[in-house]
Amino acid sequence: MRSGSAGPAASDCVLGALHIQIEAPSGAEATLLDKLLPIDPEVAARIDSLDLSFNKFGFDPYGISKKDLVRFMSVFSWFYRHYFKVDVYGLENLPPRGRGILVGNHSGGVAIDGAMVMGSMLLDAEPPRLPHSMIDRFIHQFAGASQFMSRTGQFTGNPDQAIRLLRDDRLLLVFPEGARGTAKLAKDADTLVTFGTGFMRLALETKSPIIPFGFVGGGEALPTVANLKALGRLLGVPYVPVTKWGLLVPKPTRFQLLYGKPMVFEGSGHERDDVCGAMVEEVKEKIRDLIRQGRQLREKKITEADLVL
Amino acid sequence: MKVLVTGVAGTLGRLVAMRLVERGHDVIGIDRRPWPNAPESIEMYEHDIRKRTAEDVFRTRRPQAAIHMATVTHLVHKSPDRMRVNLYGTRAFIQHCHKYGVKQAIFVGRHTYYGAAADSPLYHTEDEPPMSAHTFPELADLVAADLYASSALWRYPEIATCVLRIVYTLGPSKHGTLGSYLKGSTVPVVMGFDPLIHFIHEEDAAEAIVTALSRKLHGVYNVSGPSPVPISAIVRAVGGRPFPVPATLVRLGLRRLALPNLPPAAIDHLKYPIVVDSDAFKRATDYQHRYDERETIDAFRAAR
Repeated sequence: MRSGSAGPAASDCVLGALHIQIEAPSGAEATLLDKLLPIDPEVAARIDSLDLSFNKFGFDPYGISKKDLVRFMSVFSWFYRHYFKVDVYGLENLPPRGRGILVGNHSGGVAIDGAMVMGSMLLDAEPPRLPHSMIDRFIHQFAGASQFMSRTGQFTGNPDQAIRLLRDDRLLLVFPEGARGTAKLAKDADTLVTFGTGFMRLALETKSPIIPFGFVGGGEALPTVANLKALGRLLGVPYVPVTKWGLLVPKPTRFQLLYGKPMVFEGSGHERDDVCGAMVEEVKEKIRDLIRQGRQLREKKITEADLVL
Repeated sequence: MKVLVTGVAGTLGRLVAMRLVERGHDVIGIDRRPWPNAPESIEMYEHDIRKRTAEDVFRTRRPQAAIHMATVTHLVHKSPDRMRVNLYGTRAFIQHCHKYGVKQAIFVGRHTYYGAAADSPLYHTEDEPPMSAHTFPELADLVAADLYASSALWRYPEIATCVLRIVYTLGPSKHGTLGSYLKGSTVPVVMGFDPLIHFIHEEDAAEAIVTALSRKLHGVYNVSGPSPVPISAIVRAVGGRPFPVPATLVRLGLRRLALPNLPPAAIDHLKYPIVVDSDAFKRATDYQHRYDERETIDAFRAAR
């Protein structure tokens, strides 16, 4: 191999050593990856039908890669359908096209809920849609995570980015509780902490409907008993969750995911805080209600027929 | 029209000058570097824009329009006078334009103005502030030059000043920040990061500058070509092999790892995208790039 420019012999050795370590598998990349991660044709067909336009290299204007999306979702669909099981209600409430903001509750240490929402949108919804999550800044600072998130359209939450995506008629996924939400311990999984108001201002400014959802079961999949904040600071994350069994491995769990009717609010996005706050409270109340119904479904106290979404 | 072009001996400078000649303009070129075999119709002066001799060119030749391209690019040059060239050069340019009655001034800047960071949005608009000048001192002088040039908009309202923030140029010359980076057969990338790279064919970039001139554009505008492509895909498309290096190693051994002149903060430009929104420019000029992403990369690849 040749390095990009001539360097001293010593560094060439370093490069050479690295080269063997890092590049060895890449020669067989296509075949090995295909064998390890087979493409699910059904998933591929669904990704194909997404309302996205790809350039000559297979990337949409935001860098979403069809190939990477298919590969990842093929693997993820097994987790979505078999390792976990997600009972999804109210898919008919999702806009088949056009802008919208999915707003829901966070729980369970890490954002399993986000992944399941993503799964339901891509694997269950008709037509499938790709939501763009507004994720915490720290995620893009990690190698691998940054690359993965970039290729699947998951960006750091930023008002400029959010408004642009909405004006482009994309779907956003927002957890207004942020990291405070995932930090809820298992015993508080079905409660809600403070909601940010950013999503409401975005919705008002871009005239986007809000689709509230409630997610139940996060606290059972990853029952967190403590959050290590100091260790988190050291690692550059908000906290490190500790589960009942120590490890951060979710157990196979059945989840309930309930999408409520779209909520449309009138305004400019520049309302006073108390005005905006009252609208946020309305959404929060709806989500609380969806969680309550999800919990009752989970405990088989009601049936699907009793749901008021 | 009599058009003065600083930095005319550079790749983009030459392309712009040739285009201006083709369209029937009288071109006066200033550059401290020579332009061997420059077309005879171009009046060449081998001067430094900061020196008295360059001012004399303004005084005696009295151009109606001037295009400033004599800034030093941030990733390949590391001489101690870059800051002075970029800032004092821009200042001299603007002041000469004012003093000698230039009606139209174009500052050719770069999209790296916006900076690369984990939370920077895709598609920067012109009103966004430069977010990472503090993390990248080597870039700060270009940011300052850009802002200084913009200040001419209120400082000298009689001049139609235009600041263009152009994405990386790529093309048969193989020059430019991105071109130099892609030259090797093995191209180091930061492991686990694969930022979108926004680029434009150098001919399209030159055309955009000439368009700004002919439309008498006034204000600050981003200029971009086709939609961006991840760095790894670009490296592969030009026939190279991406060589992933962990970020910590890049930081430690940047000099040795095939990136000889890359300052440490440049690593963010290999981790995070700088992608701009050029709709305002397109709306104001009806400009449309000619080369798409594939054609631009092929033009770079095919050139020897």
